[in-house]
Amino acid sequence: MFGYYLDLALRSLKRNRVLTALMVLAIALGIGTSMTTLTVMHVLSGDPIPQKSAQLFRVRMDVSPDDHFRQGDKVPDNLTRRDAEALLRDGKADHQAAMSAGAMVVVSAQGEPLRVATRYTGADFFPMFDVPMRYGQAWRPEDDAARARVAVISGDLNEQLFGGKDSVGKTLQVGGQSLRIVGVLGDWAMNPRFYDLSNGQFGNSEQVFLPLSTALDLKLSTSGSLTCWGSAPDSRAPEAPCIWLQYWAELDTPAKAAAYRQYLQNYIALQQQGGRFSHPGLAEELDVMQWLDAKGVVPSDVRLQTWLALGFLGICLLNTVGLLLAKFLRRSGEIGVRRALGASRRAIFLQCLVEAGVVGLAGGVLGLALAALGLVLVRHQPTDYAAYIHMDLSMLLLTFALALASSLLAGLLPAWRAMQVAPAVALKSN
Amino acid sequence: MQIKPVLVALKKHRLATLLIALEIALACAVLCNAVFMIASRLSAMQLVSGVDESSLGFIQLGGFDPKSAHDLNARVVAGLGAIPGVQAVRVINSVPFGPAAGAFGVTLDQAGKQFRGVPELYLGAPGTPEALGLKLVAGRMPGAEDYQTVLEGYLPANSNVLVTRVFAEHLWPGEDALGKTFWTGRNQFRVIGVVAQLSVQQYDEEGERGAQWTVFVPVQPGPQLAGTYLVRADPRELDRVMVDARTALAKIAPDAVVDHQQSDTLPALRTRFFQADRALTGMLVGVIVSLLGVTALGIVGLASFWVAQRRKQIGIRRAIGATRGDILRYFQTENFLIVTFGIALGMLLAFVLNALLMKFYELPHLPLYYLPLGAIALWVLGQLAVLGPALRAARVPPVVATRTA
Repeated sequence: MFGYYLDLALRSLKRNRVLTALMVLAIALGIGTSMTTLTVMHVLSGDPIPQKSAQLFRVRMDVSPDDHFRQGDKVPDNLTRRDAEALLRDGKADHQAAMSAGAMVVVSAQGEPLRVATRYTGADFFPMFDVPMRYGQAWRPEDDAARARVAVISGDLNEQLFGGKDSVGKTLQVGGQSLRIVGVLGDWAMNPRFYDLSNGQFGNSEQVFLPLSTALDLKLSTSGSLTCWGSAPDSRAPEAPCIWLQYWAELDTPAKAAAYRQYLQNYIALQQQGGRFSHPGLAEELDVMQWLDAKGVVPSDVRLQTWLALGFLGICLLNTVGLLLAKFLRRSGEIGVRRALGASRRAIFLQCLVEAGVVGLAGGVLGLALAALGLVLVRHQPTDYAAYIHMDLSMLLLTFALALASSLLAGLLPAWRAMQVAPAVALKSN
Repeated sequence: MQIKPVLVALKKHRLATLLIALEIALACAVLCNAVFMIASRLSAMQLVSGVDESSLGFIQLGGFDPKSAHDLNARVVAGLGAIPGVQAVRVINSVPFGPAAGAFGVTLDQAGKQFRGVPELYLGAPGTPEALGLKLVAGRMPGAEDYQTVLEGYLPANSNVLVTRVFAEHLWPGEDALGKTFWTGRNQFRVIGVVAQLSVQQYDEEGERGAQWTVFVPVQPGPQLAGTYLVRADPRELDRVMVDARTALAKIAPDAVVDHQQSDTLPALRTRFFQADRALTGMLVGVIVSLLGVTALGIVGLASFWVAQRRKQIGIRRAIGATRGDILRYFQTENFLIVTFGIALGMLLAFVLNALLMKFYELPHLPLYYLPLGAIALWVLGQLAVLGPALRAARVPPVVATRTA
């Protein structure tokens, strides 16, 4: 029966090509714009580290002195060096690392100075974020304590400096100091770069990683948000009243997470009792997805575009409903004949829906092409996420599901009206 | 033209009428809000920087040894100053549309109780306000004695500063700002001059900082202020000067790396800063065009269907004396009524949509005059779309009435 309906639908659609083309175009435009914006949303709101995102926690706290504390202020994202070092010393989590972004200049094989993005962090960074190593391995916790002159470099930088060969044991010249390379990263890029959203949210991983203690020792320049509560000759000094360090902890079980929460509350309470401030203070830990949500990684522009596109799809669907209605009712005579010859209302209804579905599928195919075009446009936009926008299998399937569902939805009302055509009246008026 | 017969006829096609009206309503709501967003993007892009943008360029160096800051500054200022066409080179921490260089929370009292927001600070060497082209509206420009050497930290303990008119009004509403003081931490600022405008480096509409919340602090260059330079040249020569400057820097400062992304002319930095806004505007225009297109196609489709369906009725009307104009006007009136109905519904929707957008995206209130404008646009669209089918209807010959079926 389905085959017969399909045949009827195709015949009917061929009969009025302009109207068919209008309907297909309307659905395609709606699907194309919706899928373009939904794909951007899908990529931007994706989980950068799905295997661990529920076990990784960003720790942030408000320990501002009383004269800088205002009720209702946002919780600062970063910690002071004093607090970060205290938490690291206690080491209550399965893995933990304080970190900061920075930049340094290294000299390439051709003798040209290269400015590279760096990350100053602890040995736990690598196991915590499942960072793959191509050569060698990460530095050890002892190296953090010893402020060892060691570094891990990215595969890219290894390519540029050493032609991609195993460079473990070689040295990196940085401002008159040399760092011994202990490891080379495999392919690793977190998009969005959830562990530090303040220095470009999308892009490749940093090119050089070295112990935070070493960077502080060498007074390497840091970049990123820095807020101080008072003037400090050196904002990176151990007791400087400045918040600038990002802190991540890995807590493998919910029980550990609960225990860690308690530990943070105790820590804050102790700080308050110690006279650092008189307000209650605040400490919290957010898992990766909560953190991304809190930081609004999906730009409001993109959300807005998505709503606009869905509104547009709505208009296209209303349009299709109107055109399908016109099309089906125009065939009242034909439907009357079929009904008179014994076709049930159900049969008429199904036949009309099959026709709507065919329009929807055609609209889906064309819409997919339009979405691909839209994504090309998005990739040419001047945003840092542009390069990472692509359609995956799930979005491809969603396109067809959306096209089919929306065209069937659009076909429901016209099909309902068509099946209620009274055969006698339809035949007589012809 | 009588409206009553049209209304009676429309009652027979309630469903189709309702569909078109709904489509118009949605289109009206989206159209008003999209146009409004375009207008607010465009006005955001008009941000006045308060400096002579077309004459200015910015250079940022990195990777040098902070200990050699004095020497580097001297070499760069002298070296770039020697490039033909360069009118001035000044050490400055950043420029409007340049990298974010220093935001400081300020208070009106030393104890730090009366917090008044987080303005951005511009730090510049002698001659910087003049090179920027700042317009003084009260007080005086910093003199040679106001440019202090910073011994510790980032700022002098006491500085004589310039503030913008907007920020002065924010700190001391309705009062004369000259001679007044404010603080950031233990550093005191005394206002010696008020400038018309000087915009922040990276203005964020969603942030708490106003676009003109800036303070100019005169300082001597040193380790705390090095590697970032303002270059002034004739607007016609600026592009060439900046290219020359970048080449020259390889010789002047081989120990530093030029940050090519940040080192550019101010017009180029401005263009880059508003790129996302332009992209959004383009996308909104695209949505509006397709939206109107689809709506027009819907009207054409349905009107054609009605014309075909009523061929016989039209023939009869023509046979009993209706002119072609009567038929044409019938379909035009019909369309006008449907679109009006849709617009009425659409205005309600537009306000609901705007209320939602205001809630979730902190968009301002939709000004009322957008609604009649949207209405006129849709009326025109409707009339244009129905013209084709209506003309076809007007061409139906009276003889059709005599034929069966």
